[in-house]
Formats: sequence, structure tokens, C-alpha cells
Amino acid sequence: MVTADLNSLAPGASAIIASLEVDEHLHRRLKALGFQTGEKISIIRKAWLSGPLHVRIGNTELVVRRNDARAIKIRQAS
Amino acid sequence: MPEPLKFGKLANTMTDCNKCSPQQTPLVTDGSEIGLKTIALLGMPNTGKSTFFNRFTGAQASTGNWPGITVDLMTARIKLGDQAVQVIDLPGIYDLRGFSEDEAVVQRFLASNPINLVVIILNSVQIDRQIALAMQLKEIGLPAMLLLNMADEAPKFGVHIQADQMAKHLAMPVLQMSAKYGQGYGQVKGAIAATLALQNTPVLAGNIEKLLAGSLDAEINNLLQDSFWVDPAVKKTLTHQLDRVLLHPVFGLPIFFGAMYLMFQIVYTLGKPLQDGLNQAVEWLKGTALEPLLAGAPKFLHDFLIDGLYQGMATVAAFIPVIWLFFICMAIVEDSGYLSRSAYLMDAFMERLGLDGRSFVMSLMGFGCNVPAIMGLRVMRSPALRMLSMLVIPFSLCSARLNVFIFITTALFAANVAPLVLFSLYLFSFAAAILTALIFKGRYPNQEPLVLELPPYRFPTFKQMMVRAWQETKHFLRFAWRFILIGVVAIWLCNNLPTTVAPASSGTISGIIGQALQPILSPLGINPKLSVALIFGFIAKEIVLGGLAVIYAVDQETGLAGAIVKDVTWVQAYSFMLFTLLYVPCLSTVAVIKAESKSIKFAILSVAWSIGLAWIVSFVFYQGATALGYK
Repeated sequence: MVTADLNSLAPGASAIIASLEVDEHLHRRLKALGFQTGEKISIIRKAWLSGPLHVRIGNTELVVRRNDARAIKIRQAS
Repeated sequence: MPEPLKFGKLANTMTDCNKCSPQQTPLVTDGSEIGLKTIALLGMPNTGKSTFFNRFTGAQASTGNWPGITVDLMTARIKLGDQAVQVIDLPGIYDLRGFSEDEAVVQRFLASNPINLVVIILNSVQIDRQIALAMQLKEIGLPAMLLLNMADEAPKFGVHIQADQMAKHLAMPVLQMSAKYGQGYGQVKGAIAATLALQNTPVLAGNIEKLLAGSLDAEINNLLQDSFWVDPAVKKTLTHQLDRVLLHPVFGLPIFFGAMYLMFQIVYTLGKPLQDGLNQAVEWLKGTALEPLLAGAPKFLHDFLIDGLYQGMATVAAFIPVIWLFFICMAIVEDSGYLSRSAYLMDAFMERLGLDGRSFVMSLMGFGCNVPAIMGLRVMRSPALRMLSMLVIPFSLCSARLNVFIFITTALFAANVAPLVLFSLYLFSFAAAILTALIFKGRYPNQEPLVLELPPYRFPTFKQMMVRAWQETKHFLRFAWRFILIGVVAIWLCNNLPTTVAPASSGTISGIIGQALQPILSPLGINPKLSVALIFGFIAKEIVLGGLAVIYAVDQETGLAGAIVKDVTWVQAYSFMLFTLLYVPCLSTVAVIKAESKSIKFAILSVAWSIGLAWIVSFVFYQGATALGYK
């Protein structure tokens, strides 16, 4: 399930961040915000009309656009 | 400015002088005191860094220029025991190697300005992801200490920290505190003074990119294992319950618009009496002090000082109540975390315009007054996003324009049509804003992805609100007053020179300009008199009606409506209103656009685009309406 991206996760569900397919610049930013490979990520809710995702990693909650979420690959939580 | 390295050496040699009395402290020409030590505050966004800065410096900050960087930073001079210290609040950053504008500012600052101590501020609750910044600083080798802020929130999130273990890993002092409520602040202040006392030589950062080439992941993991633990049982917080309602797919938006309406009402309904009171004070001072004082002066000098210069100062002052109230509300919506939530709620729509929900909030607030709305854009850290929003906001139909439109529609249209006419102007306002965003989003593409933190709901303290409102008012006064004053005086001169003809008549400079513009403005149905009114309107829409009264040489209350009806048709009047709606909102808006963008070129672009759009829209309307036989 390495090919699935964050958008495929349903609200309320969790997964493990498998990889971030972004350039180095963005990778650093996302990492600083908590998007680390191996971390658990949960979707709290999704906005209507293809609006952004509300996610949680550790004690940080974030808004991510679906467009940007495509670069965040996930695998099933064990 | 002396060479940074020399400055460091100088400070070093003077450390023996710490016991000298302050009067004997020699000054170098640029105002830097010898023996003065420098503290830089560094931290991630949303960690309460500015709150700490304000507490630490007594909110006596001003903005200052620094070598190597072009943006202004908040800075303050304080006494820490016997030690004179300058404290600089660096912009919040995520990564010392980052490529964002703020991150570049920090890199250049640390490379060009020697520092005695870097105080790192992180959010206790999010140490796991934020500690990397402290580790990077250790790696660079700058003298540093770490403050774990928001310690009051840690228990709510089940976070346990062992500061002494963390200090061992980082080889720097680590202290816990709450900058907002003050717990632990006494120890923090003492620890800063003690650490600073040991740092006599200010240090320049080396090549940051090179020093941070290796991965720090292993060291960070070791540190977290030894000193950080989250109790997984504690999870449900008030924030989650609030979010369930406030971010609800159905109720979220109505609540958001309700909140915006409330904020709008607070700022502008409370602002109105304050503004009126200020106005009365200005008039009172004029009547009791200025008029008697200038009674003997020649008429031109008297009018210049009172209607030009004094009016200019009054124009600046008139914004103070609105800006002050606006930023009290901003402190609430921003510090509470609701502003970030607006980005979530409005993003589906705003993403298509190349903007985000925070620009939407500012545009809405622009319907009261564009000036604070543009200043409020500073919360968005992406320059492209700020620039694009700055082009959009001037099209928000502000209350000053509304007054002009209410007067003219009431004068020229039947009572049942007038509200529709007014409503149509709002539609033009929205359309112009959306069109501008769509046209310019390619030119100001937002490079940064929208990954915004949603902090837990917090309510700012009364002090935080006051400090914010006061700082923003100071900021406005500092950057805008000269520009506004010069503009008001220049336009007054245009309206009153030469002195041999009646003010604002066809013989004055304004009248001549009005005539000269006829080839451009007559295709819009705007006659020379209305052209002069547009020149007044360039200063502020508040003085358009007063200006028209002067131009038509009638009393504003009793004669102006009749004079306009006699002079222009409704088609001409509507075209004039469209132009007034779209061209430059006022000089003060231009002044803040220039101040916030730090670019005169950008301010010119904004003015040129809005005048161009105003011309096209009025032209199409007027020519279309006349072609259809309306007069």
C-alpha cells in the first residue's frame, strides 16, 4: 500500500507516513511541521467541495490542501 | 555601520568597562553602545515568541534596520541587571536551512550580525517536531539557550518533559515557562542574565548550509528518548469539541460569517463614535487654539496651515481609532487560532483565486476600511500571497465610499431604485476583486503550499490585545504619516493655487488638470467639475462631498444634491460612482501598500491597475448606456 496518498484516507482513519515526494525545500518545511516518515497521521475531517484536509500528527494539527496531500504517501498502520 | 567583525572586537575589548557608570559609556557614531550585548530571539511560528519578546522588553519595541537584510525587525533596548542589552525578534522560522523569505532573513541576519546569545523559543507541546531547530543551533555553535514555552498547556496534552536531560543533549540551558501568563518567567530572566554574563564575545554564524549538511535525526531521537514523553491516554481536549462545531461542514461557514459580521460591527460601530470624538477634538483645537493664533496671518498662509497642513494631520489621526480597534479584534481572531480555521473553511473557494482564507477575512474587513485590512495581511508569511491580496483589497467598497454613494444615489434615484443602485455597486466591488485575483494570480503565484497549523483554541490576555493594537497603531503612524501629509498638502495647493481665483474653480491647478483630463474623462461622462472631485477623492473619499460643495460653490447640506441633479444625468452620475468605487481608495491606502510591500513600484502598479480598471468599466458603462439611449 505504499502508492496510496493522504487523500485516500477517510476522516477518522490513521496511517503511517511512508514517504514525501517533494523537493528538498518543501521536504524540510513539511518535516519541521511534523510530516516525518514513520510518524502516524490521522485525518480529522475533510472540507467540502474538494477543500483541504484537517490532519493530526502527534500534538500538531494542520490544514493541508488536497493538491499538496497527493505528495504525502502513506502505508497502513500496523 | 562599522564592519560587523570589528564591532565584535570592539565590544570584546570593552568588556572590562562593565563596571563603568552608564554616563561614561562611550557611544560610537551609529548609536551602538560599546559594551552593549545582543540577544536574538529565534523560534518557530505559533510558539509565543512575540509574547515573550513583549514581556521581556516591556513592549517598548521599535522596528529597526539591520545589516544584511532589507526587512525591518522588532527590536528593543533594555537593562538586564547592569548590562545594556539589545533584543531582536527574528521572524518565526521552521528550519535554519529553509528557503522562505523569513528563513532567508534569519540566515542573513545571523551571518551579518554578531550575537552574544540566541534565545530559542519552542512550544512545549510540540517539542518532538520543533526540537530540530535547537539542535541545528547547537550544531552551528552559536551561544544559545532554550525556552520551552506554553508549559501551561503541556499537561493538557499529556506531555512530560525533563528539561535537565534535554539541556545535557543540547549543551545549553533549557527552561520551561509560560510567556503568556508569566509562570517561570522570573527564572528565565535570571538565567538569561547569567548566561549572557558569560558571553562577552559576540559570535557570527558561519556557513549555515555547510554546518548543517549532515543529518541530525539520530541525535534528535536520542534526545527525545531521554527527555520527552507523551501520555497517549490524554487526547480529548476542548479544542476538538469546539472544532466539531466551528469546522462543521454545514454550520462552519454560517458561524464564520456571523463571527466576521460581529468583528465588523465591533470595529466600525465602535470606531465611529471614537472617530467622531477625535474629529470633535481636532475641530475644538482648531477653533480654540489655531484660529486665534493665526488670526493675524495672511489669508493664504492661514488657509494653508489650517486646511492643508492641519487637515493632513487630522486625516492621519482619523485612522487611529479604527486601526486600534481592528487590531484588538485581530489579536483575538488570530491568537485564538480562528484565523487559521478560516483558511480551512474558505479554502475551496479561495484556492481558485490563488489566495487563502486569511486574505478573504482581510478583504471582508476592507469593506469597513482598506487601511487596517492591508496592514493585517502581514500575518500571511508568503510574499506572493500578500502582494496579490494587496491588489485585491482596495476594491472592497469601504465605508467612506459608501457615504458618497448613498448621497449621490439618494439625490439622483427614486427611493425604490436607490438601494438597488447601491447593491449593484457592491456587485461591481466583488467582481473587480475577483477579476484582479484571477488576472494577477499568475504574476504572484504562491510558491508555498498551504500547510497551516491549527493551534489549539486560546484566548489572548487583555495585555496581549493592548500591546498588539498599540504596536500596529505606532507602525501605521511611523510609516504612513509623511506620505499622507505631503499628499494632502499637495492636493490642497492644487485646489488653491493661484490665489487670484476661487478655490477648486476652473482657474486653479486642479481645474486646469480637470480640463486637461477631459479628453480621457469625457468619454466616461465625467465633466470638469466631477474631475476635480476625483482629485479630492484621491486624498480620501470622506472629503469628496465637501469637495463637491466647494466646486459647485453651494452648501453641502442644503444645496449640493440640487446642484448635482442640475449638472449631471443619472448615467453620468453612475459612471462617476463606478470610477470612484474602483480607482485608488485613498492616499492612506496607497501609503500602507507602499509601507507593507516596501516597494514604491508595487504601489504604483496597484494605483495604475485600479485607475485603468476604473476607466475601462466606466467607459464601457457610459458608452453602452448612451448607445442604448439612456441619458
